Parts: sequence; C-alpha cells; structure tokens
Amino acid sequence: MSIGHTLLGLLESGPRHGYDLKRAFDEHFGQDRPLHYGQVYSTMSRLLKNGLVEVDGVEAGAGPERKRYAITDAGVTDVAQWLARPEKPEPYLQSTLYTKVVLALMTGRDAAELLDGQRTEHLRLMRGLTERKRSGDLADQLICDHALFHLEADLRWLELTAARLDKLAAAVRG
Amino acid sequence: MTPAGSLLEARALRKAYGPTPALDGADFSIHPGEVVAVMGPSGSGKSTLLHCLAGIIRPDSGTVRYGPHTLTDLSDTHRSALRRTDFGFVFQFGQLVPELTCLENVALPLRLNGTRRKAAEHRARDWLERLEVDDVAAKRPGEISGGQGQRVAVARALAPQPRVVFADEPTGALDSLNGERVMGLLSDAARATGAAVVLVTHEPRVAAYADREVVVRDGVAREMAGAA
Ligand SMILES: Nc1ncnc2c1ncn2[C@@H]1O[C@H](COP(=O)(O)OP(=O)(O)O)[C@@H](O)[C@H]1O
Ligand SMILES: [Mg+2]
Repeated sequence: MSIGHTLLGLLESGPRHGYDLKRAFDEHFGQDRPLHYGQVYSTMSRLLKNGLVEVDGVEAGAGPERKRYAITDAGVTDVAQWLARPEKPEPYLQSTLYTKVVLALMTGRDAAELLDGQRTEHLRLMRGLTERKRSGDLADQLICDHALFHLEADLRWLELTAARLDKLAAAVRG
Repeated sequence: MTPAGSLLEARALRKAYGPTPALDGADFSIHPGEVVAVMGPSGSGKSTLLHCLAGIIRPDSGTVRYGPHTLTDLSDTHRSALRRTDFGFVFQFGQLVPELTCLENVALPLRLNGTRRKAAEHRARDWLERLEVDDVAAKRPGEISGGQGQRVAVARALAPQPRVVFADEPTGALDSLNGERVMGLLSDAARATGAAVVLVTHEPRVAAYADREVVVRDGVAREMAGAA
C-alpha cells in the first residue's frame, strides 16, 4: 500500500502537522498496523523533495513532528492520478483498495467509478485466466482456478463496498 | 456509443413497475458472434433489460433495434414470430417440457418452425452430442441432473441456429464445475455458429467466459471503459 499517496490524500482537506497526519492515518487506515513516526517523516521528506507538499509553518519547539505540511497542486494531481489508476489485481489488495475508496470519499471524488475501474481490471485478468485454463492441461486448470477464486473474492468485496458507499461516506465524513 | 455493425442495440430504455423504475435509461449493444456479460447486483434491472432486448416485454420508452427491425415498433405477433426464428433462450430453471424426452425437447422449437419430425430429431441429436449429453436423449427432464438439464436447455436454444441467445443466470442453479462446463459449451457453440449471446450473470467466474461486460446499476447499464 502507498503510504505517500495516503498521507497526501489526507492533506487534501487542509494542512496538518506531522503528529496529526499520523493520528489521522492510524484512525482511518492503521487498525492493524499504526505508522511509526519515522515512516511519517521519511515519507514527508520525500514528498517535500518531489514538490508534492510544502512546509506551511513550524511550531515552536524541536522535532520534525512540529512541521505543518500543505499539499501542492502537483500533490493534488498525484492523488487524483493514483485514485484513478486501477490496481494490478493481486492477493491482499483489499487494504489498498479500501484506502483508495475512503480517500476518494473524503476528498469528494467518485468512489463508484473507482470501484468500476477496478472491476474491469479484475475481469480482464479473469478472462485471460479462463482462456488459459480452457486451453491448458489439468495442472493449468487447477492453478488458474486458484487465482480465479481469489479474484472472485475481491470482486465480491468490490460489489459489497459499492452497495454500501453511501453508508461508508457518512461514516468517513463523520 | 454508436456501435457500427451491431446486431442488436437498445437506447435509453425505461421501464417501471409501479412507481419505481426497473430500467432508467439503459443503453446496450452487441455484435454478431459476441458474448456480452450483463452483471450487477440483484434487483438492478438485468432481467428486465434482457426481456426488453428480446422483445418479451415492451419498454415504457426507448428503442430496441434488431438488424433492420425496430422491435419496439413491431406488433406482438410480429415480435413473437421473430423471437421464434431468430432468438434462443436459456433460463435458470424449469424450461424443459417434463412430458417430453430430452431429444423431443430439443427438437420442439425446430418443429414449431416447421421442420419435419425426422429432420428435427436428427438435428436435435447432433446438438445433444455437441453438448455432451446424447446419453440422456431418451430420458425425461425429471430423470436427469441439473447440469445435464441445463446442457439440454442450451442444445434446445442453439438447435434452431438463432442469431441471438439470451441466457438469464444459466448457471445459477449449478455447482461451479457444472456451471463452467455449461458456460464453456455455450460460449464455444455460440462462437462456432456466429450467434451473439446476452449472458446475464452475477458470478464473475461465469462472466469471464464473455468477451466483455456491461454493468447494470439502478436500472442504468454501463459499458465498462477499456474493456477489450
Ligand atoms: N413483474 C414485475 N413486477 C413488479 N416489479 C418487478 C417485476 N419484475 C421486476 N420487478 C422489479 O424491477 C426491479 C428490477 O428487477 P430485475 O430486472 O428482475 O432485476 P435483476 O434481474 O437484476 O435481479 C426490481 O426492483 C424488481 O423487484
Ligand atoms: Mg434477474
């Protein structure tokens, strides 16, 4: 999952301090793996270097968590491109997809469209696997079926999420 | 989307049962020889779309064009005639006539189109073989398994060489292995005869047998961008 894009997305609703970014990340996306401060600062310095964020102010006192970051126009474009680009279907994608859906809702983008784009990507791969399965031997069939069942599970999740977008939007926006 | 060379094309279909719309401006098109999956949650309007496309029900507004015909303008008689000669149907359950043998079931639409008994049963037997169920030819639908029954139903739909096959959840009552056998045989047979297949399914593994997918949500059909 892309921590950089996630932190950028969180900055879209307004500038935040380092400690505030970590807190927001943990609250929305860090259930089983909260961020370390170290990850926040290494990520933010990379984003700074790439011009995707800028320092908007520094609180009195020492320590990088006192810096306040704001997203730049280039940063907003970067988030938009990331959200619009379907993920390559692979196992354990849910956390990335979940993050994208929540960020799309938080930033007022079309989450249903994002889910549709991902479904197309999944089905494209499933069609390829189905063709390979049908022309292959038993081993091919079993290998392809395994992948197909996993992709199908992802698709079911996409479908259920699409059906619950309104509820999720209400929860995310508080 | 104006698909050049499409065989069947619907525009802006609307259909309501009472106050709530089942279709709310749905577009659709399919080319000869193409298999298109119609996906979407339960209640989204997939079956209503299929019934409108096949001329089984008339939409409240919008048009369905099939080749040179505008289905939505034809009389009921004319539409039924076209359905018999040009369209084939496979549904989830119960479409075989229980009193007839499987062979007679497959031969039935051919007989209705005026084919003589011998020729019809000969063709029916060919189709049962293609669907790998010629061994149940003499049995009645009550004596065979669900998977065999669906293959007989596919044989019956394809035997008159329809130009469009409408399949509404054809694997919905089957386990995965049987469902995939039916889909493999249906899509191969359709491609071999150049028939177009409108395949309604909510199962992604079944949809993966199609060339592309259309998603219906709240009565609106969307062609998925970027689908090959
Ligand atoms: N004959 C009917 N009478 C009343 N309501 C109907 C009828 N057929 C369908 N509907 C309603 O229209 C909507 C779409 O149904 P349908 O096309 O069967 O959806 P799907 O096939 O996607 O499950 C649903 O809300 C359903 O309850
Ligand atoms: Mg239905």
